[in-house]
Amino acid sequence: MSSTVGPTSTLAPGEAARETLDRAALERVWSTPPGFLGWLTSASHKSVALRYIVTAFGFFALGGVLAALMRLQLTRPESRLIGPDLYNQIFTMHGSTMMFLFAVPVMEAFGIYLVPLMIGTRNVAFPRMNNFGYWIYLFGGLMLWTAFALDIGPDTGWFAYVPLSGPAYSPGKRVDIWAQLITFTEIAALVAAVELIVTTLKMRCPGMSLNRMPLFVWAMLVTAFMVIFAMPAIMVASTMLAMDRLVDTHFFNPAEGGDALLWQHLFWFFGHPEVYIIFIPATGFVSTIVSTFARRRIVGYPAMVLALIATGFLGFSLWVHHMFAVGLPQLGEAFFTAASMMIAIPSGIQVFCWLATLRGGRIVMRAPLLWALGFIALFVIGGLTGVMTAAVPLDLQLHDTYFVVAHFHYVLIGGALFPLLGAVLFWLPKMCGRMPDERLGRVSFWITFVGFNLTFFPMHLLGLGGMPRRVYTYARDAGLTTGNVVASAGAVVLTAGILVFLANVAWTLRRGAPAGDDPWGAETLEWATASPPPSYNFAYLPTVDGQAPLWSTQERPVVTGLRTDVREVLITDGVDATPDHRHRLDGASVWPFLTAVAATIGVVTALFTPWGVTIGSLLALVTLTGWFWPRGAPAHETVEQRP
Amino acid sequence: MSRAAIVVAAVACAACSGRMPVLDPGGPQAARIATYWWIVFWLSALILAAVVAFLLHTLAHRRVAAAPASLVEDTRVERRLALGVAAAVGLTALTLVVLLVTSVATGRALRSFGGTDPLTLEVTGYQWWWDVEYWDPVPSQRVRTANEIHIPVGRPVLVKTRSLDVIHSFWVPGLHGKKDNIPGHGSSLVLQADRAGTFIGRCAEFCGVQHAHMQLLVIADQPEVFDAWLQAQRRSAVVPTDAFARHGFDLFMTGPCALCHTVLGTPAGGRRGPDLTHLASRRTLAAGTLPNTVGHLAGWIIDPQAQKPGAQMPGNAFGADDLSALLAFLGGLS
Repeated sequence: MSSTVGPTSTLAPGEAARETLDRAALERVWSTPPGFLGWLTSASHKSVALRYIVTAFGFFALGGVLAALMRLQLTRPESRLIGPDLYNQIFTMHGSTMMFLFAVPVMEAFGIYLVPLMIGTRNVAFPRMNNFGYWIYLFGGLMLWTAFALDIGPDTGWFAYVPLSGPAYSPGKRVDIWAQLITFTEIAALVAAVELIVTTLKMRCPGMSLNRMPLFVWAMLVTAFMVIFAMPAIMVASTMLAMDRLVDTHFFNPAEGGDALLWQHLFWFFGHPEVYIIFIPATGFVSTIVSTFARRRIVGYPAMVLALIATGFLGFSLWVHHMFAVGLPQLGEAFFTAASMMIAIPSGIQVFCWLATLRGGRIVMRAPLLWALGFIALFVIGGLTGVMTAAVPLDLQLHDTYFVVAHFHYVLIGGALFPLLGAVLFWLPKMCGRMPDERLGRVSFWITFVGFNLTFFPMHLLGLGGMPRRVYTYARDAGLTTGNVVASAGAVVLTAGILVFLANVAWTLRRGAPAGDDPWGAETLEWATASPPPSYNFAYLPTVDGQAPLWSTQERPVVTGLRTDVREVLITDGVDATPDHRHRLDGASVWPFLTAVAATIGVVTALFTPWGVTIGSLLALVTLTGWFWPRGAPAHETVEQRP
Repeated sequence: MSRAAIVVAAVACAACSGRMPVLDPGGPQAARIATYWWIVFWLSALILAAVVAFLLHTLAHRRVAAAPASLVEDTRVERRLALGVAAAVGLTALTLVVLLVTSVATGRALRSFGGTDPLTLEVTGYQWWWDVEYWDPVPSQRVRTANEIHIPVGRPVLVKTRSLDVIHSFWVPGLHGKKDNIPGHGSSLVLQADRAGTFIGRCAEFCGVQHAHMQLLVIADQPEVFDAWLQAQRRSAVVPTDAFARHGFDLFMTGPCALCHTVLGTPAGGRRGPDLTHLASRRTLAAGTLPNTVGHLAGWIIDPQAQKPGAQMPGNAFGADDLSALLAFLGGLS
C-alpha cells in the first residue's frame, strides 16, 4: 500500500474544520493512557523527558545536600562533625550523583523533549526503549541512594581508583554497588543517545537538511555520538572491576600481572569526554538563547557546527591529562598538553561567535539571557584554568588540589548549570504553557552568580595553598581556614539563589501568565506549536526552507497525508531530509517497565552472587519476549513524493 | 563582577602568596613552575578582562530592539563580525602556542635538574604514612625513617616513589609538583631546596579513610647539619639501662608493638608500621597528625582511633605505670 505525502500550502480557512477533526483523531491515537498505568507505560517523548528532568533535578537536590554537608564539615579546621568514613561516602555520592544521575541525564532529557519538536516530528524513534531507559535510570539511581541510606554507599570516589576500590582494600559491598549501578545507569545514557541519533538523522521534517539544523540539535547529535563512544569504556572498566571483586579475576591486581593504571586509562577515556557530554548540550542552550534575545541568527553557523564536531573528536584525545602525576615520557607529555590546549580553540570559536552575535544583534535583556551571559564569563574562567591544568609542569602542582575542584566547578556549574537554568526559564513556557516571573529570574541569577563565585573562587587559592582534594579535614595551622570559611559562606548564598530559582519555577507552574505559542519570539519549530505542545506535537508536520524557520517571512507549507488513525511519522533522508517513507511508531506498553524491573532484579542479585546474571537474563528473556511479540500490521509504508 | 573577582584574586594572591607553598618556592623546580604559573596567570587575567570588557561594552551600547527578529542582514556588518571572530580565534591559537612552547620548555628544564651526585631516597606510601629509606651502596649505611625527610640545602634529591598497597601521591608543594606512588610502577622526581626550612608534604591521591592525615615534613638543613643528622640516624637503639625505661622496653618487645614496628638493634622488626628507631627525634606523630610530645604520644598509643579514625594501629590498654614506662623507653629513641 502506498499513499501520497508532501508539502502542501498552508491550510485555507475552509479547511479549519478538517484540521479540528484531524486534531481530535491524532489526540485519540497519541495521547498517553490516563492514570497510574499510563505513567508506567507512556511512549510519549514529552512525558518521559519531563519525568527525566524532574527526577534529575531531584538527584541534583540530593547531590546539593551532600555538597552542603561537605561545606559544613570543612568550615572549621579539625572539625569532628562528620567522620572520615561518612565524608568519603558523601563526596563519592556527590560526584557520582551529579555526574551520572544529574548532569548527563538532564541534558539528554532536554534533548529528548526538544529535539522531536525542533526537527518537526511527532515522537522519538523508539518510544518504548525511551521509556525503558528512564526506568533503568530511576532504578539505578534509587538503588545507589538506598545503599547510601543503609551506610553501604560507595566510598572510593566517583573515579574509584584501583587498587583502593579492589577487593583487597575495599571489602564489603560498597564498591560493588558503585561498579554495578554505574554500569547499569549508563545503559539509560546509551539508550537516550541512540534515540537522539536516530531521531535526528531520520525524522527531520522535509527541508531541514543538515545545514539547516538548529545548533541545539547539532549539539545533542554530537553529544549522543560521544556518549556512544565514551560510555562503553566505563562500562567495560566497571564490569572488569566488578569481576575482580565478584569472581576473582585480576585485571587490576599488580601482584597477579594486572595493572592499576589500566583502570585510569579506561576510566578517563570515558571520564574526560563525559565533561564535554555535559558541556556541549549547554552550548546548544546558549546558542539558542543568545540568538533569540540578540534577535538575529548566530554569527558563523558553519564555524559553530564544526567547533562542536571538533570538540567531539578532540574530547577523546586528552584523557591522559588526568594522569600527568603518574609520570609520562616527555613526548607523551607534549602530545597530551597540546591536545588539551587545542580544545580551547573550538571552545574559543563558540565564545567569540556568541559575543559577535550579541554585538551584531539588537539585545532584548531577559532572564534566560542573563544566565547565558553569566555562563560566558564563568566559562571563560573555567576554560583558562583548564588551560593551566593542561600544562604538565603546572598540573603537577595543581592536580588533585582544590584548584582543580574550583576549575571543574567553574566548567560544570558555570559552563553547564548556568545555561541549564537559563534553558529551564527559556523552555518552561513551552513545557507548561506559563511564563516564569522575570524579576525572580533575575534575582535568582544574581544571588546564584555571587554565591557561586564566593564559593568556588577561594578554592583556587586553597589549592595553591596546598589543600588536596577529598580530605575530610585540615590542620588548624595549615593556613586554609579563611578560604574554607568564605567558601562555606558562599555555599549558603548559592543555595539561596537556587532556592529562589526553584520558587520561581513552582510559582510559574501554578500562577504564571499564559505563554502563548512563541512568547520569546524565538525561531525554532517548537515555538510553532501550542504551549504545552499537544501529544502529537504538530497537527500537520511542518516543513522548513532555511535556518530560523519562524523568522522567515516565507509561507511555510505543511505535510499532509500522514494517517491519523495510527501513530505514523515521516522518515526522511539523513542528509537532505527529503521524505522517504512513512513509519508506524509503537504506542504505550508496560513491557519496557517490566524489562527494567527484570534487569534491576538481575543487577541487585548480582551484587551478592554471580547467579544474579542468570536470574536477570531469564527474567529479561520473558519480558523481552512480551515486548517484541509480533502484533498487527507492518511498520513501514513507502512514500510516493509529490514534487 | 568577574573583573572585580580577578582584581580580588590578584590582590589575594599577592597578599597571601607567602602562605601559599606553590607560589613560595623553596627550590629551583618549584621556582620554575611558579614562574610558568605567573606567565599563564597574567595572560589569563588579560584574556578574561578583554572578554568581560567586550561583553559589558556590548551590553552598555546595545541597540534597542523594537522590531521583531529578522533574517535580513547587512553584509558589511556580517563581514566585520566574522573578521572579528577570526582575529580572536587567531589570537587564541597564538596564545596557546606560546603557552605550549613555554610549558614544554619548563618541562624540559624540570628534567634537566639532577646533577651528578644526587641524594637518593625511596619513599613508599602506606595507608596512611610514609616510609623513607636513604639509599646507600653499603646496605648497613642505609637509613630508614618515616614521615620526616631531612635533606641538605643545595644538593639535588632523587625521590623514588613507590607503593605496596594503594595509590598515593608524594607532594611537597614548596619544592616540586607531585608524583604518584603506584603499586607495580616505580616513578621518581628530583627536587632540591635552596634555603633551609621546613616544607610540608601531603599525600595528594585519595588513598582511603585517613587520606587527610597523611602528611610528611621535608626539613632542609645546611649540609653539615644534615650530615650530622644522617650519622645519628644510622645508629641503632640501645637497650635502656634505667630500670623504668627497661620495663618499657620489655613491654614494647613482648607486647603488640614489636609486631608492627621496627627498632633497630632490638628484637622488634615489624614492618607494618613506621620504623621507630629514632622516634624521639621526629617532630610529628602519625604522619603529621599530632605534634610529637609525651602527652600526644600517650594518647596516640592508648587510642589512635580517636585521633585518626580508621588508622591501622589498634588501641592498647596499658595501665598508667606501664604506659609511663613505655613512654620513657620511646622518649629515649632519639
